[in-house]
Amino acid sequence: MREITEADLADIARGAAILGTGGGGDPYIGRLLATAAVRADGPVPLVPLADLDDDAVVLPVAMMGAPTVMVEKLPSAEQVGLAARTLAGYLGKELTHIACAEAGGVNSLIPVVAAAQLGLPLVDADGMGRAFPELQMVLPTLYGIRATPMSIADEKGNRGVLDTVDNHWAERLARSATIDMGCSAMISNYAMSGAQAREALVPGTLSLCAELGALVRAARAAHEDPVARVVDRLGGRRLFSGKVVDVARRTVTGFARGEARLSGMDGDTGAELVLRFQNEHLVAERDGVVEASVPDLICTLERESGEAVTTEGLRYGQRVTVIAAPADPRWHTPEGLALAGPRYFGYDIDPIGVAG
Amino acid sequence: MRIGIDVGGTNTDAVLLDGRQVLASVKTSTTADVTSGIVAAIDGLQRQRAFDPAAVRAVMIGTTHFINALVEAHRLAPTAAVRLSLPAGASLPPMVDWPQRLVDAVSGRSYLVHGGHEFDGRHIAELDESELRKAADDMGAAGVRSVAITSVFSPVNAEFETRAAEIISAQLPDVAISLSHEIGRIGLLERENATVINAALRELAAHIVDGLAASVTGAGITAPLYLSQNDGTLMDVDFARRYPVATFASGPTNSMRGAAVLSGLDTCAVVDVGGTTSDVGVLRQGFPREATTDVSVAGIRTNFRMPDVLSIGLGGGSRVRGNVTVGPDSVGYELTSKALVFGGDTLTATDIAVAAGRADIGDASLVAHLDRSLVRSALEKIAAEVSDVVERMRTSAEPLPVVAVGGGSVLLPDELAGCGEVHRPENYAVANAIGAAIAQIGGEVDRVYVIEPGRRESVVDEAKQEAIDRAVAAGASPASVGIVDFDEVPIPYLPGNATRIRVKAVGDLQLGA
Repeated sequence: MREITEADLADIARGAAILGTGGGGDPYIGRLLATAAVRADGPVPLVPLADLDDDAVVLPVAMMGAPTVMVEKLPSAEQVGLAARTLAGYLGKELTHIACAEAGGVNSLIPVVAAAQLGLPLVDADGMGRAFPELQMVLPTLYGIRATPMSIADEKGNRGVLDTVDNHWAERLARSATIDMGCSAMISNYAMSGAQAREALVPGTLSLCAELGALVRAARAAHEDPVARVVDRLGGRRLFSGKVVDVARRTVTGFARGEARLSGMDGDTGAELVLRFQNEHLVAERDGVVEASVPDLICTLERESGEAVTTEGLRYGQRVTVIAAPADPRWHTPEGLALAGPRYFGYDIDPIGVAG
Repeated sequence: MRIGIDVGGTNTDAVLLDGRQVLASVKTSTTADVTSGIVAAIDGLQRQRAFDPAAVRAVMIGTTHFINALVEAHRLAPTAAVRLSLPAGASLPPMVDWPQRLVDAVSGRSYLVHGGHEFDGRHIAELDESELRKAADDMGAAGVRSVAITSVFSPVNAEFETRAAEIISAQLPDVAISLSHEIGRIGLLERENATVINAALRELAAHIVDGLAASVTGAGITAPLYLSQNDGTLMDVDFARRYPVATFASGPTNSMRGAAVLSGLDTCAVVDVGGTTSDVGVLRQGFPREATTDVSVAGIRTNFRMPDVLSIGLGGGSRVRGNVTVGPDSVGYELTSKALVFGGDTLTATDIAVAAGRADIGDASLVAHLDRSLVRSALEKIAAEVSDVVERMRTSAEPLPVVAVGGGSVLLPDELAGCGEVHRPENYAVANAIGAAIAQIGGEVDRVYVIEPGRRESVVDEAKQEAIDRAVAAGASPASVGIVDFDEVPIPYLPGNATRIRVKAVGDLQLGA
């Protein structure tokens, strides 16, 4: 894929929902926004990470806030590009590329909108290789790249630039501003040079989203098992097939925490899987034994169609297959685990790696 | 007594009920004008069991008419969508993801206006009344006859939609107005889509509902008329005129509800075997389990509540082939000329049922020659496919009773592997009309609440009470109203433990003396 056209967006959205590991929001709105932007401004060139010049100026763009709000209060037409323009203005730099902060859900598609609006190429890469809930949880943090200065923009035209002492402050202040802005804002942060981007981002993830979406689509058309195709492509493994028999949710410090209980079907009849989640799936336990955990990807797919199911969309009676796939190896370093390992999320367990 | 009528694409079924006892039931052909088919059905009931029209206390009709009108893009009114959202929302205007064919069919125009609410009730912008008046001028000049108004977060606060309706009505007194907060739930595009569809159907609804009412009063019946909704509850005629979109999935819902009443089981799997397909759904506490994903109607994404139904191509008209397959193709409406028992040359599932002695249709001597092992394999195949679908729909390890309804249900054995006994209640062929006749009245709340510490219980109680009040306001007898559905989802990234609460209350229709 040399450029992203309207025809690619449905596949990207479908694949982004899979890498969203249950979080990242319903990418439907993201797909529509990207479609509108590509129609208005033309296809977006997609540049391999390795092709970036050292002195390229790369800006990730993302949506921050509640996906539930975004499906009701849709963005304004200019809001997305405004976030990137604002930060570029503050930095006093000429942007050369847009990037994705996370591969997963709506934030795989918001950067397409920004790139189309600004007439810039998009880097085929992202900061996580999956979705995570907080803005310091990106690989650039491990490379000492700071979250700020960061911009935040709402649909009314309000803009802000935060310049904070560390990334945790950035998360905290941006979260407050987002709430005041009506809980659905566009942000731009982790500005980096081409050299830094090549080192800190996960390469090829937008192409991967498109490829996963296409695999699922093709498998369904050929009456083959789409879930098996996804597992193969991600180098992961199938953990469990079953019916959702219980979902318990509660809100803890602004995040939706919960567990889903699955009763086994097919080869898993008689067994039980418990999924523990906070927006994204964090831990999968089969009959009391942890089978997979963050930072690796735990994805819940509809058993028949291979479509990703978000943690908000988990419902009693759904028939799903749960798969696990390895995260970028840098997430398994001590620094990576400190940022997004099971203990950060409050589980006193060592991470369980998925054998690739 | 009450009369239930189900107007399907092919058949119009009617039943006369006394309490839950079926006094008479008829199947007639659906007619192009709908009303003459209904007149024929009521006549049929009268002939089967003479009744005093004055003794009928209510008539309930389930109809697929409005969804068919949308699918066929037929008789849709010139419609405008007004969205109160600016400066938000301009990125994706109304009808953005519609098939162009349907945008054209409703001559879809859209207007974006300042207004709307934030998630917590603050205003995104003040409602710009002069913008609205300008839009109304433009609509008037363009010949718009129906308007759909959608404001951001109107399920939380509907003030702007209500005010906008006043302004537009003042200027265009003859246009019909549909308000999104009365139609859908959170999810702007899906709610707006449903509202625009509703608006486009308003003229047709007025016409059809008048026709239905005339055919009922023409039969001397003065009792009130109700239409059944997607969720198995009823709406009165006035509501049906304003909200035709609420009838969209009433067909499968009526079959399932009818099956519950006929069998006396309120938690069961229902297998509705027709001529071409078998539809399997699950009832919990007498109501269909709902589909959890958004539902596309005629290519338009909406967030109606639809029953979760799995269909397979297996029915009385399914072709049976050699070694041994049943369906998914069917001889359909040609059953009475193509099936062997009717002198035709195609082996169908109906022939198998007759050969096995399970049904007495056509001429049994024409299938006497069929190989016994072929008949047995075909029946086994049918049973295996149906029990597989039931198994897929089952949500717990406990066995779920199975109720079979529909004309084709004779194809099913008395026991399904892994599912146990198959209940085949009397009057199974008209379960849908019975489902319409016994439908109840409901009220619903779907809103985001900010739950302060220690206040969860009172917020939940408040939401439940509001749903109950709504059911009573819609005509439910207060003593019979109960909560049938409750769903609480904390919303991530919102402050103050924001929680989306959905409650549905349902009760028996309060009938006049």
